[in-house]
Amino acid sequence: MRSATISVLVENESGVLARVIGLFSGRGYNIDSLTVAPVERDQRQSRITIVTSGTEMVIEQIKAQLGRLVPVYRVLDLSREGPHLARELALIKVVGSGEARQEALRLAEAFRARVIDASTESFVFELTGASDKLDAFLDLMRPLGLAEVSRTGVAAIARGRSTIT
Amino acid sequence: MGLFVPALNGMAEMDGSMMASETMASGAETLLRALVAQGVDVIFGYPGGAVLPIYDALFQQDAIRHVLVRHEQAAVHAAEGYARSTGRVGVVLVTSGPGATNAVTGLVDALMDSIPLVCLTGQVPTHLIGNDAFQEADTTGITRQATKHNYLVKQSADLARVVHEAFHVARTGRPGPVLVDLPKDILINPAPYAEPSAAPHASYRPRTTPDPARIAQAVALLKRSERPIVYTGGGVINAGPEAAKLLLEFVRLTGFPCTSTLMGLGAYPASDPQFLGMLGMHGTYEANMVMHDTDVMLNMGARFDDRVTGRLNAFSPGSKKIHADIDPSSINKSVTVDCAIIGDAAETLRALITAWKQDTTPQNRDALAKWWQQIDFWRSKNSLRYTQSRDAGSVIKPQYAIEQLYKATRGRETFVTTEVGQHQMWAAQYFRFDKPNHWLTSGGLGTMGYGLPAAMGVQVAHPDALVIDIAGEASILMNIQEMGTLAQYRLPVKIFILNNQYMGMVRQWQELLHGNRYSESYSAALPDFVKLAESFHAVGLRAETVDDLDRVIAEMLAVDRPVIADICVDQKENVYPMIPSGAAHNEMLLGPEHKAESGGYTGNSVTDEGMVLI
Repeated sequence: MRSATISVLVENESGVLARVIGLFSGRGYNIDSLTVAPVERDQRQSRITIVTSGTEMVIEQIKAQLGRLVPVYRVLDLSREGPHLARELALIKVVGSGEARQEALRLAEAFRARVIDASTESFVFELTGASDKLDAFLDLMRPLGLAEVSRTGVAAIARGRSTIT
Repeated sequence: MGLFVPALNGMAEMDGSMMASETMASGAETLLRALVAQGVDVIFGYPGGAVLPIYDALFQQDAIRHVLVRHEQAAVHAAEGYARSTGRVGVVLVTSGPGATNAVTGLVDALMDSIPLVCLTGQVPTHLIGNDAFQEADTTGITRQATKHNYLVKQSADLARVVHEAFHVARTGRPGPVLVDLPKDILINPAPYAEPSAAPHASYRPRTTPDPARIAQAVALLKRSERPIVYTGGGVINAGPEAAKLLLEFVRLTGFPCTSTLMGLGAYPASDPQFLGMLGMHGTYEANMVMHDTDVMLNMGARFDDRVTGRLNAFSPGSKKIHADIDPSSINKSVTVDCAIIGDAAETLRALITAWKQDTTPQNRDALAKWWQQIDFWRSKNSLRYTQSRDAGSVIKPQYAIEQLYKATRGRETFVTTEVGQHQMWAAQYFRFDKPNHWLTSGGLGTMGYGLPAAMGVQVAHPDALVIDIAGEASILMNIQEMGTLAQYRLPVKIFILNNQYMGMVRQWQELLHGNRYSESYSAALPDFVKLAESFHAVGLRAETVDDLDRVIAEMLAVDRPVIADICVDQKENVYPMIPSGAAHNEMLLGPEHKAESGGYTGNSVTDEGMVLI
């Protein structure tokens, strides 16, 4: 088993995300996270980033099956194409008071999380980073009043000058 | 509407600039114009509210013929029959809602067997979509996984482009069904026509030319092989008759044995001595033993289907595997291969032939001769052997019925379709196909009810040919309403029912795997097929014993009308050889004729693991 971060460049047309998700559910593949948004100025192309896991054979199948979809331009296995960057954003609500509240704020500073909302009994932190950094921060917040999390899923891109197109 | 129609046959004169918006054709007319430009001459369909504008436009032209089926599923199978027997794209036209949902089985069938289709479905007007309107269904949602691709046309300006693109996607790469959902307002409102684009598709660009390095690698493996096999599939048929010619040339050139999947039958001539018959679950002993013991396997356009491989971890354990396929997702899907070639089967075979001739490595002829000796030994088992008593009043063996039918049709241009079950396997085993595109069966999906409508489609495309649906008495009832279509269009399809009064394959599995408990597999309350034929304006015949068989076949073939021949066959006969679920090729079971050699069959040879398999 391995984890794979796959970037898929698709025609930005209705139903294209359903095709991708239907492919994963229909064939029993895992989706650990999925993000999608238009990436071209004319809105013609969208980029889907999928974090998935499976045996080498399954991941090769996933790539081949994605490549077979008519509106798919390009499928790139970032985890196999050399070094890449993967980032995720989370909005994290921590509710509490007293020492726990102080501690949450101190830890947020250490993780470079921004406070984007505060009340006398709560903070909303914004944290960006690799998924494991987000996981670590959430683990620390759990005993300190972690109340709610919203995560974007992973956006990823290759290092250096090579591009998906 | 209608203004445009007289120009249908001389469309070249009409260019977009001439069409002021008040004279612009309706969406329905533009649709037909695009179909004509795509070479469509026949549509299989069934009308309904949402597609009435198309039917109105069809009424006012004569470039495209419409064949009215009796159920939308049959329209799709008929289009499959048309497509498979001609190599062209089959076209289906159905209405919204139930019209579309009834078509789904046919679409999945075409998807599994890689048959190029364009299915046009009506849809409620765009402003009602999502409103649960009358006869509304989320057709593109429902068929997303049932098609190679599908479209919902929301803008009149897109209509012509989408239709052209649908045909392109259906016929290129690994062929398949493409659906175009057409809201009623798009069909009524003016829609501009556009010629097919010469520019390549922005994102869809299937690879057809094989990588020369892989071809060289494959030839190097094959030249050094001692126990080679060429294993061919439906991809060779889909690549066109040229691919079948090249396959024959390649197999002759190399001296290799050749076997075929169910879908590939006819690509290599069955009567040729280098052909080992079909492989897989009900393949011949020699074909499966060769697959097990081979050292270099060349898979041309087949997909290592579970019916072919048997237990995966025991599949051809010692071989180097070369897999040529047009679909990259077929590679390493279930069987890991040593050399993958992505490309069209004809192009790949041409490249292999050239490379084989250029490669100066001598072939190991001694090893190949020894291999053929081994194959001849396996062949001498005669694994398709059965015994037909000729005594008066004897029960007809289904195998014998197929053999006699085959003999009686030799020398005629014959197309055979089947339903699904025992009769399908016997047809594959005992009817011999020497040409591609003459054998039509539902392989991947295994759709009972496929054969009659498919035969209809074949007969529409080949009015003078002999078209036979080899059927079972259970399967035939699944689309029996199409007898009406045969009558209406005077399609002289011959329906040859092997009637054993059981869903035979279900009964066989219940006998072998479920302790003879024949749960719901008996065909109770069957109709009188002779009277049924007559009530549908066809000819009904029956053979009750072996004495009747040849006469009934002769009568059936002599009549220039649709015929149902009800052939009463042995109820207990099973299909052999058989690789039980979860078993390996070399653990294949031979029939009762071979009891002395194989110890006969016991249900115990199926493992617990095998029991869960289908």
